[in-house]
Amino acid sequence: MGEAIVITSGKGGVGKTTTTANLGAGLAQAGERVALIDADIGLRNLDVVMGLENRIVYDLVDVVEGFAKLKHALIKDKRFENLYLLPAAQTRDKTAVSPEQMRDLIAQMKEDFDYVLIDSPAGIEQGFKNAVAGADKALVVATPEVSSVRDADRIIGLLEAQEKHKPSLIINRIRASMVKKGDMMDIDDMIEILAIELLGVVPDDESIVVSTNRGEPAVLNSQSRAGEAYRNITRRLRGENVPIMKLDDGTGLFNKLRKMMGFKV
Amino acid sequence: MFDLIARVFGREDASKDVAKERLRLVLVHDRASLSPQTLENLKNDLLKVISEYMDIDDQGFRVDFSRHDDAMALVANIPIRKVKNHSL
Repeated sequence: MGEAIVITSGKGGVGKTTTTANLGAGLAQAGERVALIDADIGLRNLDVVMGLENRIVYDLVDVVEGFAKLKHALIKDKRFENLYLLPAAQTRDKTAVSPEQMRDLIAQMKEDFDYVLIDSPAGIEQGFKNAVAGADKALVVATPEVSSVRDADRIIGLLEAQEKHKPSLIINRIRASMVKKGDMMDIDDMIEILAIELLGVVPDDESIVVSTNRGEPAVLNSQSRAGEAYRNITRRLRGENVPIMKLDDGTGLFNKLRKMMGFKV
Repeated sequence: MFDLIARVFGREDASKDVAKERLRLVLVHDRASLSPQTLENLKNDLLKVISEYMDIDDQGFRVDFSRHDDAMALVANIPIRKVKNHSL
């Protein structure tokens, strides 16, 4: 019996889809059987981030409505035999699916997979309710900005009211140089405000843009700092105790040396 | 560097501290899940009850939330014109 984890945030554009893709690929690389569900009906995106957009035949709504079998709708990843994607419908809206239907679908998927990761849409309405309905656990993604932290706080309140397992936090796009200057909230500041458990910290990294352009999750790129952060989060999800990566603004002597020697920083 | 010097001499707060302080206040309201309408209703009800005992200045009447360390407090500032004498 697998575990279903919803990746959510409240605010849009903070990295839910990127996080889902990277944790999915990371878990698959570690040998787990993984299914990703794009629950953002009408605004499908996880397929392009994964580089699987050309393989879609059926989608989530087709499965829920009984028009397609789950095994026919699941798209196998290019890189991993044990990684699958259930894409969102693009021409329907959130009301095409109910929380009960999501609960049933995810219960069914948990029989075949070790992890079912659900990419939630932004917002707190029906799409969010659908995304969290069948989840055992929730990860909240937030960037160190007031708007993102405020929305994360709201989402945490809603998740706790639903008596989900206490959600844990992924801080995304943190910039060490700005933190150092006091111009960006630090890890401690965000934990203090949101009062939830920290699962991981992902630095702001240009390699994410590059990997999204190519449809190749950064977690598979051994040179990427963000990829390293996602690999650490993957290990923590699997129960390993991995310390939080030290933030590095790329200006230290060590980094200059690495740069001179031709390593990507 | 100039930024840093300005901060050391207390001319300007680090912007993250401003962000934290603003977040703290806004989250108090969010967490209490009180809409401005609800707050207005609360204010009117308080006004009604207190008016039975005292003559108050409803223009200067303020109700707000404030944060004291980790606790949240409802703070009402009610200017009194005079106390009504019920005993007579």
